[in-house]
Amino acid sequence: MAHTEVAAGNARNGHVDLTEDQGSNGKPSPSLLTRVLRGVADQAQRRIPRADLDERDPDFIRERLPLMWLLASLWYRGEVRGLGNIPDSGPVLLVGNHSGGNMTPDTIVFTLAFNTYFGVERAFYQLAHNLVLSMPGLGSLRKFGTVAASPANASKALETGAALLVYPGGDYEVHRPSWQRNRVDFDRRKGFIRLALDQEVPIVPVVSIGGQETALFLTRGERLAHLLALDRLFRLKVLPVSLALPWGINVGDMLGHVPLPAKITIETLPAIDLRAEFGPEPDLDEVYDHLIRLMQDTLDALAAERRLPIIG
Amino acid sequence: MRVAAQVQISAPAEAVWRIISDPERQLSFMSGVTRWEVAGEHEAGLGARYRMLFRVGSAEVGGLIEIVEFHEPRDLAWTSVTGLDQRGRWRLRGGRSGTTRVELRLAYGVAGAGLIGWVAERIAGPVVSGHLRRSVQQLKRLAEYEQLRERAAVKRSARAG
Repeated sequence: MAHTEVAAGNARNGHVDLTEDQGSNGKPSPSLLTRVLRGVADQAQRRIPRADLDERDPDFIRERLPLMWLLASLWYRGEVRGLGNIPDSGPVLLVGNHSGGNMTPDTIVFTLAFNTYFGVERAFYQLAHNLVLSMPGLGSLRKFGTVAASPANASKALETGAALLVYPGGDYEVHRPSWQRNRVDFDRRKGFIRLALDQEVPIVPVVSIGGQETALFLTRGERLAHLLALDRLFRLKVLPVSLALPWGINVGDMLGHVPLPAKITIETLPAIDLRAEFGPEPDLDEVYDHLIRLMQDTLDALAAERRLPIIG
Repeated sequence: MRVAAQVQISAPAEAVWRIISDPERQLSFMSGVTRWEVAGEHEAGLGARYRMLFRVGSAEVGGLIEIVEFHEPRDLAWTSVTGLDQRGRWRLRGGRSGTTRVELRLAYGVAGAGLIGWVAERIAGPVVSGHLRRSVQQLKRLAEYEQLRERAAVKRSARAG
């Protein structure tokens, strides 16, 4: 029973139970490389802390706002528009396009803007890939309200009445090549729509531009990730390759990079009540296509404002 | 950090006071302010609360403030309840021939932010200072324009009478 509870707890926190497909149902024994990779994956999974919403610390966030303000104002010349479109209270699902590799400048700029606009007293959570939370030195992200991406964590956050920021495109979108920088690409992931419908919360699209100019992203490296079984072991569908400071050629972006000072502009769109707009039983594909079109149109408009890459 | 701006306005203190104490008029003269809403039961006066935000760099900062001094028509002071730590004061002093000397003071910071907070306050200083200077200048234009209109209205009614 204890094992069951632990396993359930792990699943709740976005952990994957790796024991299910190990050597069962008569399959040949895994190779040494696979066993080593699974061992590494297992260790990484163990490092992922429980996603406890209570770990968000308003005082910690408040004391870090000046640093974020310096970074957002001086390095990224960040500009966030339309925060008034976010309902003043109650749960809301903020859905953003994601850019900038593992450094995600759009998240820094938006988190600062949200916390100063609504105050650190308003509960605000962000979903992040499990590996991000397990990286050394990034444990403090949990104090900012970052929790491992899983449907259970997302539901739990919204049930508490919090605002929740999700990036459906995740690792797939954040590592897209730089020449696709002005494209919204969620890889047809629609879990966020189901979440909004189940929790009956409005969706607020958050469109950002500039993040994909902070390095020269060359390829997602999907084949490489598949060959190394990263998709099965770490839920990583990509092994990106980019040209970034200070590494030069940067494979995986696991240690991050020094982002170029690209101007980040973010536009928050009016809230969408899915059932009011698409009927009592909305078609997921229809909602998805509508949201992507809406966000892409906004991104195109933001791109048209930009005169030069990086400078903005 | 503390910043301030002063201006001499050719209008009596009562006229200036009517503008600065009216929550509905804050957006018309306060530079950089993007939001100013009544947040409590009282619309004005001692204990009135407002949710205010003003743009500095990449963020709209501010929060909930409360009026802690309301001495008509001389001093109006507020302090922050949530958000950025701030204390502000309008100081009005009557001069000769119906003029008023107006001073707007603002002390702000983030307690506990340490050295980085100190650096951020200094870097934000010129921007905040600029907002204060523009605010008192816009207040001067607004108050003096209203004085002209009032005098013109008095003249018109005198002629008609």
